[in-house]
Amino acid sequence: MTARRCRGSCPVRAARAASRSRIAGVLLVLGLFFLLPDGAWAARISELTETTFTGRAVRFFTLQDPSLRFALTGSVLLGICCGLMGSFLVVRKLALMSDALSHAVLPGVALGFLWTMKKDPLAIFLGATIAGLLGAGLVQALRHTTKHKEDAALGFVLASFFAVGACLVTMIQNLPEGNKSGLDKFMFGQAAALGPGDVQLLAVVTGLTLLVLGLFYKELLVTSFDAGFARSAGIPTQVFHYLLMLLLAFAIVSSLQAVGVVLVAAMLVIPAAAAYLLTDRFGWMLILSAVFGVTTGVVGSFLSFVGRNLPTGPLMVLSATAVFLGALFFGPRHGVLAKWWRRRSRSARIGRENLLKAMYHVLEQEGFRGETIPIRHLAEVRRESIEDVTRDLGRMQTHGLVSFTGDRRAVVFTPDGWKRACEIVRNHRLWELYLTHAANFAVDHVHEDAEKIEHILGEDTVRQLEKRLDYAHRDPHGRLIPGRADDYGKGPNVPKP
Amino acid sequence: MNGLVPPFDFHRVVIEPWTTGFPLTIWIVLMGSLVGIACGLVGNYLLLRRMALVGDAISHSILPGLVVAFLIFRTVNTPVMFAGALLAGLLTVAIIEFIQRQTRVKVDAAICIAFTSLFALGVTLVSAAEAAGPVHIDAECVLFGEIALIPFDPPVVLGGLELGPPPVLRMAAVTLVLVLGILLFYKELLLTSFDPGLARAMGMKTTVWHYGLMTALSLVVVSAFESVGAILAVAMLIVPAMFAAQLSTHLPTRMVLTALHAVASAATGYHLSVWLECSAAAAMVVCGSVLFALAWGITALTRKTGWIDAPTPENSVRQSVAAPPGSGADQ
Repeated sequence: MTARRCRGSCPVRAARAASRSRIAGVLLVLGLFFLLPDGAWAARISELTETTFTGRAVRFFTLQDPSLRFALTGSVLLGICCGLMGSFLVVRKLALMSDALSHAVLPGVALGFLWTMKKDPLAIFLGATIAGLLGAGLVQALRHTTKHKEDAALGFVLASFFAVGACLVTMIQNLPEGNKSGLDKFMFGQAAALGPGDVQLLAVVTGLTLLVLGLFYKELLVTSFDAGFARSAGIPTQVFHYLLMLLLAFAIVSSLQAVGVVLVAAMLVIPAAAAYLLTDRFGWMLILSAVFGVTTGVVGSFLSFVGRNLPTGPLMVLSATAVFLGALFFGPRHGVLAKWWRRRSRSARIGRENLLKAMYHVLEQEGFRGETIPIRHLAEVRRESIEDVTRDLGRMQTHGLVSFTGDRRAVVFTPDGWKRACEIVRNHRLWELYLTHAANFAVDHVHEDAEKIEHILGEDTVRQLEKRLDYAHRDPHGRLIPGRADDYGKGPNVPKP
Repeated sequence: MNGLVPPFDFHRVVIEPWTTGFPLTIWIVLMGSLVGIACGLVGNYLLLRRMALVGDAISHSILPGLVVAFLIFRTVNTPVMFAGALLAGLLTVAIIEFIQRQTRVKVDAAICIAFTSLFALGVTLVSAAEAAGPVHIDAECVLFGEIALIPFDPPVVLGGLELGPPPVLRMAAVTLVLVLGILLFYKELLLTSFDPGLARAMGMKTTVWHYGLMTALSLVVVSAFESVGAILAVAMLIVPAMFAAQLSTHLPTRMVLTALHAVASAATGYHLSVWLECSAAAAMVVCGSVLFALAWGITALTRKTGWIDAPTPENSVRQSVAAPPGSGADQ
């Protein structure tokens, strides 16, 4: 609690904080500053008198406690800042850079502390940023001058910088002032202990990130997705890489106080990864990622506030994980369930189309003399039991492709079913013809390929194939290719069923 | 700044630890060396497979494993904790694989998501459990650990012969198991690391070897964390292996170099920590990093990558693959 006493009594710090607040105001984040309180603040969010859940919840939403206002403002800013930076990390495959840098800033934090001998946010910020940039530079140097791969370079920077930091921290703890340094808070963070200085630092960093993104969005986008093209277009990719690393170091250092060394990487990567699963546009990804960051920050603060003795940082990360899991399983396009459902419905459609084709073959064997297809006959062609075929046909009936005769021993095509059956058989035979004619396949090698492609060929491709093959009437095996007119029951090749 | 760096007193820093302080020094240096050797051996394979940071992930996700094991069995005895941490390590690997296979999220982000989520879960569980009663797990201890604070007393006595403190013996056993495993399965590990495609074509189950290696990794990290902490265990995994890779392209040579590096950094690191009065584990890693920097400097100045060994990379791989298992280690 040294920091609290100092904050109240130190006029230099108050003046410095005021000047920083002015800088931040210029950076379009004024709106958030009405939340900044002026008075005392509690050490932990949960040091409260209310004991019931609703009491605490009401207290959370009415923003009565100044400490809560700090913590919440800090969480919101942190969510925006980390969400934006994280998107770049995820698409540039630099996610682990955040982990390495967050550990690598530790010696900088310790040196920043040694500089002023107290926990001054600005000194620590400067020291940590320098350490972070040195770490990023060392990763590049290791990658370019040795044969070590990126993972080893990142791991080396992470571990060796952290070891130097751990040495310094244990040495500081031997000093008379060291015991009260509060440096251990940097490992896990304490959002509840965010002071005005920390929140203003976060605001400045967030404003700066927004400013850089606004000015150089196009360049950053091109550099991130196609570095080669960016270089050929004359964009200095190295400069933008280090600009991003600088912003990343800023984001990490200003978030350390709230979530700690280990979990900063989570706040950077998890919201962005969730956004990455939900959209294919980078602009939307930035917005979604920032929204997720803010949401998880607020939810984490809320849970920490209403729960007893629960830490804020880990709860923020767990809510981010919940969002990620939601996107992972329920995402509309790239979600696991959506993919599973697409695969399932595709295989169901292929099954239906194969049965339609078999029905067509039965009619063809009979020379299209009748319209009804006996289920018994169909089962023989499919080499399945009558029960299985009847069950499959039942499903086809619900799709409106076939209808049963009165005694349920035979089926007939509905107009839709006949149209689809003609299309599938045409696709198959056209493809066989194409492979033998245009690609010089042997006649007995084309069936397997056509079995697969018949379900995929689109209308346009079929038109092109027909044209390319001079509207041929017979496939390589001498069988008739149903023409388009047959779909409507008036074609010359096949009599109406 | 005054008093941060104590004056360098040759007698206190260099002589005393090996005379009056010998009983403590020998165990600390031995423990540091064993941790370095065990981690370094696995680290060599991680480096080859470009999986250095999976070690980082596993070392962090130990925490929830310890907490869940404690909450279920309500005990801090070693086998239970060990099993919980081991399972958590394997779970991390499985989660990483799941995210990487099922989605378009790349492996780096998958690693980051897996271990940070599990670590956050662990910290939250510790805090929640503390409300209900005392928990003998401290997240900070898992992260840092301290080699000088591990209990060296009482020593294990077998048949009237004083063998040594239990943690050191445990670490020695793990190292021995690891060395035996590598000698037995040298060829399989080599081939699945260098050319998984060929290994599959030859009928090897690459997934089995992958998970085998991950089990070994979890094992060494779990046994290392109480002495060096989770984060510095990553250093022990990566730095000796990187040092060896900088000087040699021949895997058996690298293994030997790894062990030498581990012993050298443990000894110098201990002296550094005596001088600066800082964490011994962190000082060992600092010394290890300095050794790597020296090796880096040598290769950069001489512009030669395989500084120690004679065989070219192509030859060494071909010879080792052709050799029968086990015999490759002493080429």
